Amino acid sequence: MWPYAIRRVLGAIPTLLIIIALTFFMMHIAPGGPFDAQRHLPPEIEHNIRAAYNLDKPVWEQFLIYLGRLMHGDLGPSFKNHDFTVSQLIEVGLPVSAKLGISAILLAIALGISLGTIAALNQNKATDYGVMGLAMIGITIPTFVTAPVLALIFGIYGLHFFGHDFYLPAGGWNGGALANMILPITVLALPQVAIISRLVRGSMVEVLRSNYVRTARAKGLPNHTVILRHALRAALLPVVSYLGPAIAGLLTGSLIVETIFGIPGIGRYFVEGAINRDYTLVMGVVICYAAFVIFLNLIADILYALLDPRVRFA
Amino acid sequence: MSKPILQIRDFNVLFDTHDQEVHAVRNLAFDIHEGECVGIVGESGSGKSQLFLGALGLLTANGRATGSVKYRGKELLGLPQRALNKVRGSKITMIFQDPLTALTPHMTIGAQMMEALRTHQHVPYAEAQKRCLEILDLVRMSEARNRMGQYPHELSGGMRQRVMIAMATVCAPDLLIADEPTTALDVTVQAQILEIMRDLQKELKTAIVLISHDMGVIAGMADKVQVMRLGEVVESGTADEVFYAPKHDYTRALLDAMPRIDRPVREGHAILQPLSTIGAETQLLDVEDLKVYFPIKTGGLLFSKTKPLRAVDGVSFSLRQGETLGIVGESGCGKSTLARAVMKLIAKTHGAVVWAGRDLADLQSPDMRNLRKELQIVFQDPLASLDPRMTIGESIAEPLVSLRPELSRADVQDEVRSMMSRVGLDPAWINRYPHEFSGGQNQRVGIARAMIIKPKLIVCDEAVSALDASIQSQIVDLILNLQAEFGMSMIFISHDLSVVRQVAHRVMVLYLGRIVELADRNSIYEDPRHPYTRALIAAVPVPDPKAERGKPHVTLAGELPSPLDSRAQLTFLQSKVIDDPDAEQYRPRLIEVATGHFVAEHDAA
Repeated sequence: MWPYAIRRVLGAIPTLLIIIALTFFMMHIAPGGPFDAQRHLPPEIEHNIRAAYNLDKPVWEQFLIYLGRLMHGDLGPSFKNHDFTVSQLIEVGLPVSAKLGISAILLAIALGISLGTIAALNQNKATDYGVMGLAMIGITIPTFVTAPVLALIFGIYGLHFFGHDFYLPAGGWNGGALANMILPITVLALPQVAIISRLVRGSMVEVLRSNYVRTARAKGLPNHTVILRHALRAALLPVVSYLGPAIAGLLTGSLIVETIFGIPGIGRYFVEGAINRDYTLVMGVVICYAAFVIFLNLIADILYALLDPRVRFA
Repeated sequence: MSKPILQIRDFNVLFDTHDQEVHAVRNLAFDIHEGECVGIVGESGSGKSQLFLGALGLLTANGRATGSVKYRGKELLGLPQRALNKVRGSKITMIFQDPLTALTPHMTIGAQMMEALRTHQHVPYAEAQKRCLEILDLVRMSEARNRMGQYPHELSGGMRQRVMIAMATVCAPDLLIADEPTTALDVTVQAQILEIMRDLQKELKTAIVLISHDMGVIAGMADKVQVMRLGEVVESGTADEVFYAPKHDYTRALLDAMPRIDRPVREGHAILQPLSTIGAETQLLDVEDLKVYFPIKTGGLLFSKTKPLRAVDGVSFSLRQGETLGIVGESGCGKSTLARAVMKLIAKTHGAVVWAGRDLADLQSPDMRNLRKELQIVFQDPLASLDPRMTIGESIAEPLVSLRPELSRADVQDEVRSMMSRVGLDPAWINRYPHEFSGGQNQRVGIARAMIIKPKLIVCDEAVSALDASIQSQIVDLILNLQAEFGMSMIFISHDLSVVRQVAHRVMVLYLGRIVELADRNSIYEDPRHPYTRALIAAVPVPDPKAERGKPHVTLAGELPSPLDSRAQLTFLQSKVIDDPDAEQYRPRLIEVATGHFVAEHDAA
């Protein structure tokens, strides 16, 4: 396993470089620059500012300078958030985004697997149709609809039970208080719960028909042993394969969710950075995301092999 | 007589399907007594497997069993699962056909065996482990202690079936139900597995139900036989009664359809035309030192290494016009690879294939396409090798359309219709799709597709292996009649030595990519010289209980060695082995012991 992991990490370096180059040049091709929106400056001063950030040099030279700094772990200063370096911004934002994302994916996995298994065990019965119907709704309604609707219901109107009112904060982070996290996590996790439960149901139905589950039953094992020990592990394989795309889905989802709920994660920086042509900030967030996706895909592949001993690291 | 262990009365199995209710087993009644072996024989769709799945509550969700199944007087049908599990897996156990899919892939052998034992008998871990090791020894599993930690995919088919048997016997059951236990296995491995089951029956006094389509397997094992057809038992009796004095027509037909390795000619069936009557002495095909190697990745630290897998390793033979060469050998011996390399369907590593004086390697694509008119192939799985979106008429016509574009559409249609009736298909079915046909009918389509271009050579790659015996015998008749009519040459690949005996003029025995023996069919079957040929022939069961009881079946113990190990090919010439798995080894010579009878060098037994 370790040689495989090392090979994969080494293989990730060219991938990262390509991503960095593509983003860098695409950002610079886009019309406008970081200082265009500011009030008009005298030409000498503007020239000095551009020189200070190396913007007067040809793009390929800027790219080499950027790469050189990156090798030393320096993501450069933010063009827009004055007095902050990109690293500092990411240091503040990443833990917030990570807390949100990881909670959402764990919730999605736990709920998705349970619901999918329950549906498969009650194949073609009311429970199955109910779960799968809900899942279909979860997939079709986009995040930018569920987020404001849930904020409206739980944040503005509130729920009224037995004379008590229940409200959840409709926005803000509040230092990561649980109440503030519930709505964003729910919105992020919903589509993933739906997709994972459908995946698990499909593979579980197939595994339950397999010869080795029949063997397990013929051995006289109790039902829960047959399902948990023999069937579930094989049924989880498609979920593990889906984890890579799921993480990507969560990241794009978090851009919307962080913006709507006003959460100070890196997703928000990404949107703002792209609009303001804050070159270094966008680059920093992209590198961060790319490394994250590559790393989690590696974890998913290793997990796959641990679940299925037939897979060999090659 | 002792009291029966299992008493089955008025037993029915029904399946609800979308269209109708399918009655898979009808009104069955029989007993199984202590220590006896009951053979249940029937073709696919006879309900022989559903019978015991139904009795033990293992039917799919749309199936149900009615009637009565009593284990030592206790009714099993309708028991709640918890109560049923006290008998199932403990007193009555099952082993299934395909040992790869029947074992849980992500659990070690040890875990799966221990689980069976510890569910039913609450023994401590160490005790359970000891018992499992004893049972693994009993089924003659080598290196039992290491095997416990291995996963099913790390074992060969024969090993896996030993594990299944061990798992089913570890709780010391009264009754072992074996559902086609050897069907997926090679013939020498089948002989080993059957011997293990025979010994278990003797030593542990376990009663066995042996479900099989193979009359030979049943003959060697069963004390009593039930013949099933379309859900009903049509004949039952002792093995001797059923085999030597069959009363029902269906039993007689089944026995008659079985190809027999001990008989070259089947009464009342098509026979192979002797080469002299065909008269042709023209050499059509000449294969010289053909090698096909596949690079196999083996683990390296950072970068993987490759080793050659010698699938075909220096095979030479020739084929005359109208002649049939049978190629036999066990799985992994390279017989299919050899045929594909001869037809240039896969690339060869070394050697020459000369067809009618021209080396195929020199031919460029237009010439090669032209040559396809003369070379055709029929595959094993008839349904999978036909395009499901094309009507059978289109499939049959395709070689004509692409290789003889000068024909008009009407001519093509006429050709297709006449070929269809020639292979026994109603020409009115021309617009039907493959899924509307049975396996036998689809194989007729495959043969019609190969024959329509009137090729000079047809390769039959396990063309009858997936078919029931009665269908198989019809297809063999068809192939022989077509050859008598059109005079094409054939390469007939099969793992089934009995079928090859009926169809081939000469037989080549392959072992790990090399020829071990090559001779005309009578010499091979009546005077085999190589120990491997002898082992293969001894292992083939014959539908004759008295002959089966007397003869030794297992003359080749152990497993087929890994083909990646260069020493493996010298299994029968140990005296020349260089003890290094990567070394270049000695190549045994083929010695002509009689005219046209070649035997590879081997150590004297």
